[in-house]
Amino acid sequence: MSTIHVTTTVNGDAVEFLADPRETLLDCLRDRLDLTGTKEGCGSGDCGACSVIMDGELVCSCLVLGVEARGKAISTIEGMADGSTLHPLQRKFVEHAALQCGFCTPGILVASKALLERNNNPSENEVRFWLAGNLCRCTGYDKIVRAIMDAAAEMRGASRC
Amino acid sequence: MLKDPSKDASAGQFRIVGTRPDRPDGLDKVTGRARYGADISAPGMLFGAVVRSPHAHARIKRIDFSKALAIPGVKAVVTRADFPSGLTGEDWNLQENTMAGQVALYDGHAVAALAATSALLAREAAKLVEVEYEILPHVIDVDDAIRPDAPAIRPGAADHSVPEGSPPNVVRYIEFGHGDLEAGFAKADLVLERTYKTEATHQGYIEPHACLAQLGDDGKGEMWVCTQGQWFVRRMCAAVLGLEASQLRVTPSEIGGGFGGKTTVFMEPLALALSRKAGGRPVKLVMTRSEVLRATGPTASASMDVKLGMTKDGTMTAGRATFRMQGGAFPGAPVDMALYCAFASYTIPALEHVGYDVLANRPKSAAYRAPGSPMGAFAVESLVDEMCRTLGLDPIEVRLKNAAREGAKASYGPTFGRIGLIETLQAAKAHPNYSIPLGPHQGRGVASGYWFNHGGETSVSLAIAEDGTVTVSVGTPDIGGSRASIAMMAAEALGIAYEDVRVNVVETGALGVNEPTHGSRATFASGKAAVEAARQTIKEMCLRAATKWGIDPEAVIWEDGAAKPAGANAGDFPPLTIAEIASTMGSTGGPISGHHQATLDGVGASFGTHVTDVEVDPETGRTTVLRYLVVQDAGRAIHPSYVEGQFQGGAAQGIGWALNEEYVYGSDGRLQNPVFLDYRVPVASDLPMIDTVIVEVPNPGHPYGVRGVGETGITPPLPAIANAIAAATGARLRSLPLSPPKVLAAIQGRVDG
Amino acid sequence: MVDVNLWSGLRRFTDGKLVVSVEAATIGKMLDQLTTAYPGLAKVIEAGVSVAVDGEIITAKRNTPLRPDSEVYLIQQLKGG
Repeated sequence: MSTIHVTTTVNGDAVEFLADPRETLLDCLRDRLDLTGTKEGCGSGDCGACSVIMDGELVCSCLVLGVEARGKAISTIEGMADGSTLHPLQRKFVEHAALQCGFCTPGILVASKALLERNNNPSENEVRFWLAGNLCRCTGYDKIVRAIMDAAAEMRGASRC
Repeated sequence: MLKDPSKDASAGQFRIVGTRPDRPDGLDKVTGRARYGADISAPGMLFGAVVRSPHAHARIKRIDFSKALAIPGVKAVVTRADFPSGLTGEDWNLQENTMAGQVALYDGHAVAALAATSALLAREAAKLVEVEYEILPHVIDVDDAIRPDAPAIRPGAADHSVPEGSPPNVVRYIEFGHGDLEAGFAKADLVLERTYKTEATHQGYIEPHACLAQLGDDGKGEMWVCTQGQWFVRRMCAAVLGLEASQLRVTPSEIGGGFGGKTTVFMEPLALALSRKAGGRPVKLVMTRSEVLRATGPTASASMDVKLGMTKDGTMTAGRATFRMQGGAFPGAPVDMALYCAFASYTIPALEHVGYDVLANRPKSAAYRAPGSPMGAFAVESLVDEMCRTLGLDPIEVRLKNAAREGAKASYGPTFGRIGLIETLQAAKAHPNYSIPLGPHQGRGVASGYWFNHGGETSVSLAIAEDGTVTVSVGTPDIGGSRASIAMMAAEALGIAYEDVRVNVVETGALGVNEPTHGSRATFASGKAAVEAARQTIKEMCLRAATKWGIDPEAVIWEDGAAKPAGANAGDFPPLTIAEIASTMGSTGGPISGHHQATLDGVGASFGTHVTDVEVDPETGRTTVLRYLVVQDAGRAIHPSYVEGQFQGGAAQGIGWALNEEYVYGSDGRLQNPVFLDYRVPVASDLPMIDTVIVEVPNPGHPYGVRGVGETGITPPLPAIANAIAAATGARLRSLPLSPPKVLAAIQGRVDG
Repeated sequence: MVDVNLWSGLRRFTDGKLVVSVEAATIGKMLDQLTTAYPGLAKVIEAGVSVAVDGEIITAKRNTPLRPDSEVYLIQQLKGG
């Protein structure tokens, strides 16, 4: 099968790659662009480890074809920090020990960033239901939820300044 | 000279141990920089794919891979013919599981593998491998597999322990106990006997198995792999492929969860075999999620009969447990450990335990967090709870009355040393969660659990860098934050800053043999060895200072990261810091490092007690967990956040096992739910905050009193949830998972079972 | 002499005895003596056993010393996850 030339924007950078039309966006991010921060946990959209933001929407990149990325703006975990300045969510995850093996962490960080961009003051329940599509097997979610609520509080406080 | 911290009381007397610094791998993990099993590439890399049996039990008549090999881009195909013969024992089991010989033993069993220039091509080519099967009768459920007329999966596989005349699929048998059982039951006011069943579950790590392997014709190989134990991978691959162990170098990647499922090999030897066949080109092999569920190592399923005698004031007089477990088509179901742990929380004068390890046409089981203990706890703790309710006794009081304690005989024979069960029961009883009033359809459940923990082969090096900072090389992959804990212990021992210690998990060529990160041993064993290695460097640094000062080495002490004269008599010298000593070490005697290797003793077991409140919807049978409390003895919590993390993680897996998770097989013996949609693990919206209390009864066998904590947390949830549901509904369920349809049927029928 | 407690399933190899006394100063010597006294135990010990000495479970350590009054139990080899 012949490959298709795709140009798109990832984390603000213009990029291009050749995609087999059967390849997912996840495959292309990892294998064509060497952005291995986004993970494959299931390949069927059930675990959220492959979460990225595409044109402002939170998606499972294993359910998007690589060729669909043409002309879109994609944000992955690699673009979450601003240079060496971590996003408050990233800082709070480390502070609260909200990760153990860390494999689900990129997906959960991207998903929670998407949440806080829509709702800057989520309740615990809202955080839990928003994250229901991101599996974590190590932490039991307790410290993850606390880290997100703490980051949200910090971001609300900062935005008031 | 170091103080002996295990003799002291708790927090406050350490500088670093007991605090909560940031973990050293945190930055890499929150930025996506950390590299896991599948996050690596190599020039010339090929991609592997595995052909797997779609049948539960079938003779392999013929494999024709000519069409696949004819495709340009397909560079190698391997079958069992590419593996050495003549292996015996567990080596044979591993080889047979890695690649089927004459018989496919379970749905998903590998029969061939190939490597191609792209992942898509490998997958397409795999479909062109033709395999002719002769389907054989299969057996799935443990109580079917143990029947005398069940299809015999491997005649002759039973070992010396199995009595003559046993059913054909019984491969191991265990029997142990003490005391006069009949007399014990005769003394009881209440004797109940019940049967409990648990289904197989998977460790459920989010990262599928993945490796990049390279093997040349000269027998030299390299592997990058996500694993809990790189020396186990090395040894097992060497055995299965007929290689010399030292010629294979295995490097552990960051690991995306293991829980016991990554302490062995599944497809790793296939990747090496493919590489060798493809002229030494590196081969990347990553499992799909359905391959992980079908063809790695879920835990065993169990059918358990328990009988217990209790006087009306709650004293346990006698107990009997008969457990049947299947661990797949190979011996190794953890029935022995399940029995050892079953009554371990209690001191009972008469006990009998009987266990059967049974073959079934299912994948080869692997360890899963305290293997066997959760199943045994489900059975015994449910029965204890039922008897408490019948007699109108408080479940924590009854446990306190019969609790295992220091100096008492353990259920499995020996006398207990210092343990902390009673402290966990008292802390649970005193916790506010134990007295929160409950509403309609709500119920509270309590259960205790136990795991031995493990020492094991350990080899650690600690080296001083030229600037006085420190590297520690350990062999135990970090699955729960052990790099942080080990750095903390090393820094504490040396009297330097936590930030000045870097812990690296190294490859097999860099240290002597290390057992995997399993048995809750990483913080305990690598930590203990790191402290020993630190002590050696301290001794050497004191010697360097003594030589510089011209005094006796005995007159030098180490304090706050510096060598100092022991007193005014020794001499009036300013302290010589670690940085100062390091900067001249090349000329004062050479590099300074310490090394400690041993099969470590001094292991401390960990007990836990959980309390949970649930609400059961009477219309749907759905159970909501309202509150969950974990109280567990950590000995000493080096990094409390990571200890809490282990408590919470173990509880979450236990809750999933109790409420939703199970392997579902069709009548054709095929796994029906090999994807996360249908193999339902807990999600964030299923769980409340998980409250934790760390009890510290220091383990005398560790310089800081550490007990492993990773495993005990999964053992109480199964019965705690079952007990809470019984309290909420009046219906006692004895077969896991306690999924909504089963709970609803039980409520509506008010049927026991 | 140290008393070694066996699990009841091993009775068939030891003429019904659950406690066997052997002359041994280490775990390794103790296991060797058991095998010499009761050859039927060889396969069991070869398959791997853990030994609980005064309550502490020791796995695969032949050099561990034993005293005449040590409490010694043979148990199945334990593994973790």
